[in-house]
Amino acid sequence: MTMVDKANPGSVETDESKLQALEEERRFERRRKFEAVAIPITTVIGLLIIWQVGVRLFEVPTYIAPAPSEVADKLVTEFPILLANFWPTLFEAALGFVTGNVAAVLIAIAFVHSKTVEKAFFPIAVFINTIPILAIAPILALIFGLGMTTKVVIAALICFFPTLVNMVRGLQSVSPQTMELARILSASKSEIFWKIRLPSSLPFLFSALKIAATTCVIGAIVGEWIGADLGLGALILESMYNYRSPMLYATVFMSSGLSVLLFAIVSIAERSIIRWHT
Amino acid sequence: MPSGVTVQAAATGSPPVAASLKNASVRFGSFTAIENLTLDVEDGAFYTILGPSGCGKSTMLRLVSDLIPAATGEVSIFGKSTEEARLAREFAFVFQDATLLPWRTAIQNVQLPLEIGRKRGVKIPVSDKSPSELLDLVGLSGREDALPHELSGGMRQRVAIARALVCKPKLLLMDEPFGALDEMTRDHLNMQLLKIWQETGVTILFVTHSIPEAVFLGQKVLMLAAHPGRLREVVEIDLPYPREIKLRDTPEFTRHAAHLRELLETC
Repeated sequence: MTMVDKANPGSVETDESKLQALEEERRFERRRKFEAVAIPITTVIGLLIIWQVGVRLFEVPTYIAPAPSEVADKLVTEFPILLANFWPTLFEAALGFVTGNVAAVLIAIAFVHSKTVEKAFFPIAVFINTIPILAIAPILALIFGLGMTTKVVIAALICFFPTLVNMVRGLQSVSPQTMELARILSASKSEIFWKIRLPSSLPFLFSALKIAATTCVIGAIVGEWIGADLGLGALILESMYNYRSPMLYATVFMSSGLSVLLFAIVSIAERSIIRWHT
Repeated sequence: MPSGVTVQAAATGSPPVAASLKNASVRFGSFTAIENLTLDVEDGAFYTILGPSGCGKSTMLRLVSDLIPAATGEVSIFGKSTEEARLAREFAFVFQDATLLPWRTAIQNVQLPLEIGRKRGVKIPVSDKSPSELLDLVGLSGREDALPHELSGGMRQRVAIARALVCKPKLLLMDEPFGALDEMTRDHLNMQLLKIWQETGVTILFVTHSIPEAVFLGQKVLMLAAHPGRLREVVEIDLPYPREIKLRDTPEFTRHAAHLRELLETC
């Protein structure tokens, strides 16, 4: 290295300028990444400060709107209670997620393989989807009682339709040429399904699962509103009736955290399974 | 009458026939896509198929490959029905779009035909070349584990050609396989295809809409006419192989191309 430097000092200069350019590029890249994180965080902190100052300045009573500091305080001091109510809701949402999506996938497969089944059941599926989940919840409570089943069924129901529609589309997304290729290879129906249709549908399935990851939490909470003494939904109602608004806000924060958690799990699964672009 | 001609031809020692169409017609409802097509495809030859749009070029390949049934007439491949030929993997198809499965790597895409069809009674013939040797043959060694989206359009089409060869077909049907590629890539793949044809001895039916491509590749150009699709003329291209790209600048090449253009205008 030093020998080359002595022999040809000119190249050192170009090397140095190259290094400098590379360093500059790296600095620029680092700056871009930093900004991508820093700008939204600054905005959130700014809004929280405005909120905190506003509530104090206009002397808003705590039961109407608590200051962020009070909510943060509850999140820390009442964390064991929040967590005790977090687990049941997580369980109901997750079980509903699995049930609703498995049912949707199986029915989508049946639809794709039999036009008659699709004609018979698709209108019913659309009809059920048009009933607001809040309106159907009391009916389900009468059928399944006030136990965990009702919450799971509501969470499953809310996941069901988007996954059904997406999965049907995904299974039908195979190009006509690919179907011709399958025919030339004399593929059987099951070979077409396992080797072509099912993998083709996975990107569609995962975009539905990402929707379901957040909606199943809504389903579980709505179910808890109908009647439950444990769970984030129950805690939300209890805090509201008793004007414990810092606790209410802390619970809402936990609910959003639950959705984020489920969404992140689905996203990680998606990234590890789908490595291709279409 | 046509059958008599074939028998006579066979008796006089003509080359064996890869595919034979006798008065074959294809109809979609009341629309006639192909009418009374009679043709013997010589074994081992390279045919290019040219014609105006709507002349049934693609339909003809789909008829031969058992994707569409003949409304009337007969189609046979090496003396078998198209269905028997499909089950025996006598032919392979290369589409305009590479039609690779995007979740499979290049080599897994080449292997696909080896995994499919047993349930329907296909006895899967294996090429004397392994899938990775076939990727070598099409110039893709080292890219075995690439996913289709990591490959260029030309590379994807080469994977599709390797996949078509994996069951050692005797007849290769190609439907504008290089139509969507840029000219440089197309020239390169044309050369490669000629090399593969000479190495494997496979019979090729190659649909194109490019006159220079039709002349450059083919021993014979099948000129089809439209409305309804029918065979207009078989033009022999008497240019010697191996053909090089610079052949295109020769007067003989230009003469053939001009002749075909004239025919095409009156189709």
